[in-house]
Amino acid sequence: MNRRDFLAGTMTTALAASAMTPQARGRAAPKAGGPLVDVNVTLGQWPTRRLPLDSAERLARKLREHGVQQAWAGTFDGLLHKDLGTANARLAETCRRVGGGLFKARGSVDPTRPDWEDEVRRCVDVHRMRGIRLHPNYHGYRLDHPAMGALLKVAAAARLIVEIAVVMEDERMMHPLMRVEPVDTAPLPDLIRAVPGSRVVLLNALRTVRAKPLLELMATGSVWVEVSMIEGLGGIRAILDQVPRDRLLFGSHAPLFYFESAWLKLVESSLADRELESIRWKAVQALD
Amino acid sequence: MEIWDLHAHLSGVPGDTPEARLGHLLEYADRMGVGRLCVFMGMEWSYDPTPEKLREDNDQVLRAIRAYPERAFGFVYLNPRHTQASLDELNRCVRDGPMVGVKLWVAERCHSASLDPLVERARELGALIFQHTWIKITGNLPGESTPMDLVALAKRHPTANFVCGHSGGDWEMGLRAIRAHPNVHADLGGGDPAAGLTEMAVRELGVDRVLYGSDIGGRSFASQLAKVHGAELSAASKRAILGENLRRLLSPILNAKGVKT
Repeated sequence: MNRRDFLAGTMTTALAASAMTPQARGRAAPKAGGPLVDVNVTLGQWPTRRLPLDSAERLARKLREHGVQQAWAGTFDGLLHKDLGTANARLAETCRRVGGGLFKARGSVDPTRPDWEDEVRRCVDVHRMRGIRLHPNYHGYRLDHPAMGALLKVAAAARLIVEIAVVMEDERMMHPLMRVEPVDTAPLPDLIRAVPGSRVVLLNALRTVRAKPLLELMATGSVWVEVSMIEGLGGIRAILDQVPRDRLLFGSHAPLFYFESAWLKLVESSLADRELESIRWKAVQALD
Repeated sequence: MEIWDLHAHLSGVPGDTPEARLGHLLEYADRMGVGRLCVFMGMEWSYDPTPEKLREDNDQVLRAIRAYPERAFGFVYLNPRHTQASLDELNRCVRDGPMVGVKLWVAERCHSASLDPLVERARELGALIFQHTWIKITGNLPGESTPMDLVALAKRHPTANFVCGHSGGDWEMGLRAIRAHPNVHADLGGGDPAAGLTEMAVRELGVDRVLYGSDIGGRSFASQLAKVHGAELSAASKRAILGENLRRLLSPILNAKGVKT
């Protein structure tokens, strides 16, 4: 039995165990495979629905049960709140208080709002964040907005990772008063080439960003994507035809999505050991 | 416990033949611990299939399930706009063949009276009736049914068993629509793995009316199984959703065909 078979076997055991007792489930959770870093979780409350794991404590417990050692956390308040400074401060405080170092806060920034630069400064100087998160569709701007170039420059100078959430939920079932289009990433390759040192992680991208636009983003060498919205039979295996192994990260989109969705994708695709390691932690280590 | 998947397709799957495609699906099913698949519709879909296309689609499913009789069940694809052709397909594939259910998609909204003879014949044969439904804020297709349409049909046929495909897509609305109608069951498959879906389905319908399905090849086993494995429910509830409920619904027709369940 090689390591891949062992991992798959362990996870499949955990699958079966999820219909068993919590104790059995805990015993079966995967311990092998090295660290697991989740680059896509969000704390707080989704605006239109309570979620089973929308307390930081419960989400931390779920992530720990599945071997997650680090989770990059934005805040749902970052979607609609105008006072992002306070939302980010609250996020940073939660990340310090809950999870024993599990959560790494990613403050929300809107570069079209007055004095957004101070939002970035607070994220870096006050909250010691290593990255920020953008929601261009909820904030009402496109990526060809002049402020995007300025933001990328500020972020690159501060060595900040910029996460862009391409979608948050299926457009077909959005609340009628909260409908947004997926972020159009077409302007991004040129923007990134103009700002050396940019590092951009696209969240929830791989349902809407595929084929040529995805290849153009990968060609910049400065864009990473994550697995949360990959679909289809053996979806990770298929996406590795378009995305270099070291550009694909593990992201769950929990608690809006069931965490197990991303986790089980690692089982469904037949991945080589080096591919699994890369997605679980090695690719993000190089990025962070 | 064996996982039974209510909702699988041959489209979106590699392979030149139905047998190859189902074989490919089963490789992944094995990896994910799924024991049985209910398969419907052919290798290429049509919104409004002609009688010839219906027969072609159903022939493909028959070929696939005959290659894997221990692993797959077939549902016959019907079009209410072609009543006699659909009745003929029901008789050919269910009465005289191995299929155990009916699939209705988007040719016509299912509250139409044109569904009645098909449902009545399916009920006589003991077939489970799966109706695709969605409530789209972006707008439904002209013939695309909502859960409310399905409820109208189910009220006219209180002794037939229906499945509300995708739980209506917008499941917070769909589950409300069907909850007062005990002959309508919820299919969890096909939408994003949005947390809370399965918990709400169990809370509103009772666990016995909730069925795991994947909508594979359009979706992944992973994202759809996660809706059950990741739900905040008891192990007994998960077992019911993952297989026991579907086994109970299909047992009468399977046993009548000599299939041990």
